[in-house]
Amino acid sequence: MRIDCKHVWQHITAYIDGDVEATLRAEIDRHLEHCEICSAVMDSTRNVVVLVADDRVFEIPAGYSERLHRRLDAVLTEEISRD
Amino acid sequence: MEHGVSLRGRKRRLPGSHTLTDASKSIGKTASEPAEPNATARIIARILAGEAHLFHELIRPVERPVFLMLFMLLRDEADAEDAAQETFIKVYRNLHNFRGDSKFSTWVLSITRNEGLGLLRKRAAHPEEPLEPVLDESSGDFTPALLTDWRELPPEALEREQLRACLCRAILQLPPIYREVVQLRDVDEFDVQETANILGISPGSVKVRLHRARMMLQKELVPQLRAFAPQSKRKWFGRRV
Repeated sequence: MRIDCKHVWQHITAYIDGDVEATLRAEIDRHLEHCEICSAVMDSTRNVVVLVADDRVFEIPAGYSERLHRRLDAVLTEEISRD
Repeated sequence: MEHGVSLRGRKRRLPGSHTLTDASKSIGKTASEPAEPNATARIIARILAGEAHLFHELIRPVERPVFLMLFMLLRDEADAEDAAQETFIKVYRNLHNFRGDSKFSTWVLSITRNEGLGLLRKRAAHPEEPLEPVLDESSGDFTPALLTDWRELPPEALEREQLRACLCRAILQLPPIYREVVQLRDVDEFDVQETANILGISPGSVKVRLHRARMMLQKELVPQLRAFAPQSKRKWFGRRV
């Protein structure tokens, strides 16, 4: 089986997630060895995925946790005294 | 050339790159949930038996994903924080309904999503704030940005606020059904089945949406991210190496 660029693009996510079967993976690897475009698309996609996963990208507001637990304390105390 | 690397559970490592600090996993990554499901069940049983203070401990691992899900839906920090508080109060009041069929975090995120969608529907009642097409499956461009080389951006590049803002903006601009799958799979690290349970869709749909989302992100981000790439060294006569 010979695969083309569009075929590779369809499987980028599955490939990155280790979710393609061995034969297809080998075909994709062979394609990537000689295709600069697909190789760069694969590398850039994986780079984006890794960066997006970093906790620094989405920062939680300062004091979020403290305010949440203070509110919960108030609710819990009220509910317990009601019971 | 080895492009294949499973990112699940260790996605902070790029081939030939550095590992991001584990300290960044302060709260919320799904890995923080007690490894033994019985441990969560025991805490819940004690809370229901009267040890209400243990609720604080129970929810710590999901504080961050709950906020993020609401922020992704509402796209406003203050609204997301208010909604997170209301969500956790609902979780507390409905704790007796948790059957343990799924992970506690999955159950909490389902409640969170309903809370967020409910608020979006309320917003839609106001003409000045139209509701986004929450279930628009067809929107978006799923063809990647084509390029012939890629200079890898290491995690250290995230020290630059501009880069973080760039990534945030790109995710928040995704259509909602793609935004939420990116949050659950790539930001919070839920697996495919857990993500499917939270969203009420099939695992196959999770994979399709995640792929489309990643392609949209790649297309949107790659031209911008190239500006953040480490500078290459110049040789004599201006040739890059």
